[in-house]
Amino acid sequence: MTNSAQARNTKAENALELSDLSVAYRVAGRNRAVLRNLSLNIKQGEAYGLVGESGCGKSTVALTVVRYLPRNGSISGGAISLDGQNVMKLDGEALRRARAESVSMVYQDPGKALNPSIRVGRQLTEIFELGGITGQAATERAIAMLNRVRISDPPSVMQRYPHQLSGGMQQRVAIAMALANDPSMLILDEPTTGLDATVEAEVLDLIAQLRQELSASILFISHNLAVVSNMCDRVGVLYAGMLVEEGPTEIVFNDPRHPYTVALLRCLPRGGQRKDQGRLDTIPGFLPGIGADIKGCAFADRCALADDRCRTELPPLYDLGGRLSRCFYHDKAQSLPRATPSNVPAPAPKPAAAPVLRVAGLNKTYASHGHALRAVKDVSLDLRPGETLGLVGESGSGKTTFARLLLGLVPPDDGGTIELEGKALAPKLENRGDDQVKAMQIVFQNPDSALNRSHSIRHLIGRALKRLAGLRGKALEARLNDLVRSVRLTDRHLAVKPRQLSGGLKQRVAIARAFAGDPRIVVCDEPTSALDVSVQAAILNLLADLQAKEDVSYIFISHDLGVVRYLSDKIAVLYLGRIMEIGPSEQVFSGPHHPYTEALLSAVPKLDQTETARIRLDGEIPSATNPPSGCVFHTRCPRKIGPICEQQEPPLSEAQPGHSIRCHIPYAELARLQKTVVAEPA
Amino acid sequence: MSAVQTTSPAQDDTRRRSPLAEVLFSLMRSRTFLVGLAIVLFWVACALFGEHFAPYDPLADDIINALAPPSSEHWFGTDQIGRDVFSRVIVGSRDILTVAPLATLLATVAGTALGLLTGYFRGIVDDVVSRILEAFMAIPVVIVALLAIVALGTSKTTVIIVIGLSFAPIIARTVRSAVLAERELDYVAAAQLRHESALHTMFVEILPNVIPPILVETTVRLGYAIFAVATLSFMGFGIQPPSPDWGLSISSNYGMIGGGFWWTVLFDALAIASLVIGVNLVADGVHGALND
Repeated sequence: MTNSAQARNTKAENALELSDLSVAYRVAGRNRAVLRNLSLNIKQGEAYGLVGESGCGKSTVALTVVRYLPRNGSISGGAISLDGQNVMKLDGEALRRARAESVSMVYQDPGKALNPSIRVGRQLTEIFELGGITGQAATERAIAMLNRVRISDPPSVMQRYPHQLSGGMQQRVAIAMALANDPSMLILDEPTTGLDATVEAEVLDLIAQLRQELSASILFISHNLAVVSNMCDRVGVLYAGMLVEEGPTEIVFNDPRHPYTVALLRCLPRGGQRKDQGRLDTIPGFLPGIGADIKGCAFADRCALADDRCRTELPPLYDLGGRLSRCFYHDKAQSLPRATPSNVPAPAPKPAAAPVLRVAGLNKTYASHGHALRAVKDVSLDLRPGETLGLVGESGSGKTTFARLLLGLVPPDDGGTIELEGKALAPKLENRGDDQVKAMQIVFQNPDSALNRSHSIRHLIGRALKRLAGLRGKALEARLNDLVRSVRLTDRHLAVKPRQLSGGLKQRVAIARAFAGDPRIVVCDEPTSALDVSVQAAILNLLADLQAKEDVSYIFISHDLGVVRYLSDKIAVLYLGRIMEIGPSEQVFSGPHHPYTEALLSAVPKLDQTETARIRLDGEIPSATNPPSGCVFHTRCPRKIGPICEQQEPPLSEAQPGHSIRCHIPYAELARLQKTVVAEPA
Repeated sequence: MSAVQTTSPAQDDTRRRSPLAEVLFSLMRSRTFLVGLAIVLFWVACALFGEHFAPYDPLADDIINALAPPSSEHWFGTDQIGRDVFSRVIVGSRDILTVAPLATLLATVAGTALGLLTGYFRGIVDDVVSRILEAFMAIPVVIVALLAIVALGTSKTTVIIVIGLSFAPIIARTVRSAVLAERELDYVAAAQLRHESALHTMFVEILPNVIPPILVETTVRLGYAIFAVATLSFMGFGIQPPSPDWGLSISSNYGMIGGGFWWTVLFDALAIASLVIGVNLVADGVHGALND
């Protein structure tokens, strides 16, 4: 409201102007507001980030810009101006031309954005043909585009179908297609969300480089604050379809002036925070549903600073000199009290107990089209009671297979041993004793898949108690109530089916189920990757609390290294099914570490990052059916020392007590090499 | 897209309609389904209470009025021994509407069990059972019927068994593919991690989630079963005289068409057609509602 008017007289000063935009979806016969009087401008050549939790209307903004809303959506007010052109007034043909020529979009899932049955080359040349360039000229332009997105050997890539490319390559192709018609506005909707950290880093690097080559303005939509902070000049924080804060990225993230931004930033485990140093903050309550009737500030119900004025009167967007905040108390937003007290009873120092789990020489080979695929190779490790082992590595590194071997869902190859509390476990689940089965449970990544959608929550948890804890009748009922309370669900949730709960609540049910039989070990397979940050914080706190209380051990799999670091005492880094490095969490993170660990760590976008020299991994993770000779990492290793890396597989040797690294470079040399990198940014 | 299926807050969770209510709601708004249902319900009412509103006894002959054309007295005319065709069509729905649904039920129960078995165990069980089922599917229903009649004699029970068992492999195949998809979901692994028996996992965990495709397949099969019952009756392998069954009536009267006595056959044929169409409309409606 404050800044949208002044920009309008100079035509096309802004690449995109949304003023007072309102959008509603018609659901069950009622129009429900999704965007409420949203105003924002993106200058020519600017990268603007839009952040917020799922359901706050980010994607709707992207769709609205080109008037591409789903059939039940409608723009109920306001104006959209693209490069000075009023999008609301365009007729069908002009709108089609605007979509074809001046705006391009890249979506989250490149696999769905590309046509699976048409070769990549054909899909690219098609775009040029629409612009009147045909035949050889179109092919050449397509090759040039693929070169531009740093795809090596474009002619061969053009001959392939999308499914023959990796996720990162697909996203590059999607970006190439988006850039093909030299758009003035590029909309990126969660472009790296489904990708591995290393691939994400590559794609983000690519986008950053392209920004310098092209003149396009960028609207970058993401739930990942760190990614936005690295990519964007300015950022807008969206809440319940309203802009609650806006300003230069660095200023907003370092000095937030809206309680919602403050709270979001506090939910993230940052700067190497660990579970024994305090709980993460959470945001109580829930985002208002779409179409909810909001009287005052949309965030008031979840804000500890809110008073009567906040609940009755909509705060205006205060102009704080180059930045905006929709809060009456923007000057004291940062004094927002914590929703979750940070002090935790420090867990009593544990005597060095005997390991609860001991794995030795575990292998798993799958047969894949006649080739042997070594999914897990010679993994040995121990886990103590109350300890968390973090498993990290890119997708395809064998993390999930390893977890399934432990649980007995997949039998390992002959030879390896798994010992639980000193007793060997049968390779197959059917042959394990009931006590052994209940001692090791899992929290799956996707609660929609893990919870039977036909059963009520009461049945789901009750059945687990009956089978795993052997309870019946009154005793079962009592334990059920305890368990439900310990994961912070209420009786109200028991009667419903999983689909009626939000993602975070579903994951709580899954956790309750895993804890039904007082397990010794719980495998957590990416338990928070499908959740918003505020919900993730609550789940991580819950896992940490349960661990402190029950002395359970976790095997925690995650691609988010900040999350792994928060919860883990010990880290194992896997690559092509092999442990490349294993050791106490702090040592693995602070280094010296294996070059692969080093690359993984440097790929993670950080909120408080001053541009560090990033170590980039070239190329794709090699196929496990035909792993590289010698050290399996040598094909991508930035610190390869010579032929020895290609010829001999280095042993996993203990560099320091409890910290082992599989690398030919001596530990002292790694320390020297990596110290120089760390010193650079200072 | 993503914005439409937002995770709405837990506060109004309980107000959301259950899946069943949602399906019923969308069925009630489907014209296809409602028209089909009206046709089927009409014939069900005839089957249940037909003799109360049929103007004549469907079995009473009246040789003097044999082969009378449609008139105000006999709306659909009379057949070769003077029985009232209108009354026979009305009451003739009873046998077909007993035999076809029971056959479909048998096919559904057997097919579901086989589908769960093959889809759950996969591997060797699936290979062996599936090949046997495919071999079964290759034999025409009529040949199976002939063999069964030789072995069991003609009766409604034989017809039910013949049609039920011939349709079971088709339903088994549908259920198997649905089970194979469910099998990959983590709740099955979670059940194994509770040491649940295979039977529990199949029938308590997986079965409720594959009900929708089973329901669709069952209604579609019901249409085919009606057709099959009429065919077998027409060929003399099915429902036996003196039942006023439609297929049977056509079979005993179709020689009359040459003599111009079309009414002895036409109305029975229309009855079969309308029932099959009605059931298929219901099937379409159910399919649409479950796949919304």
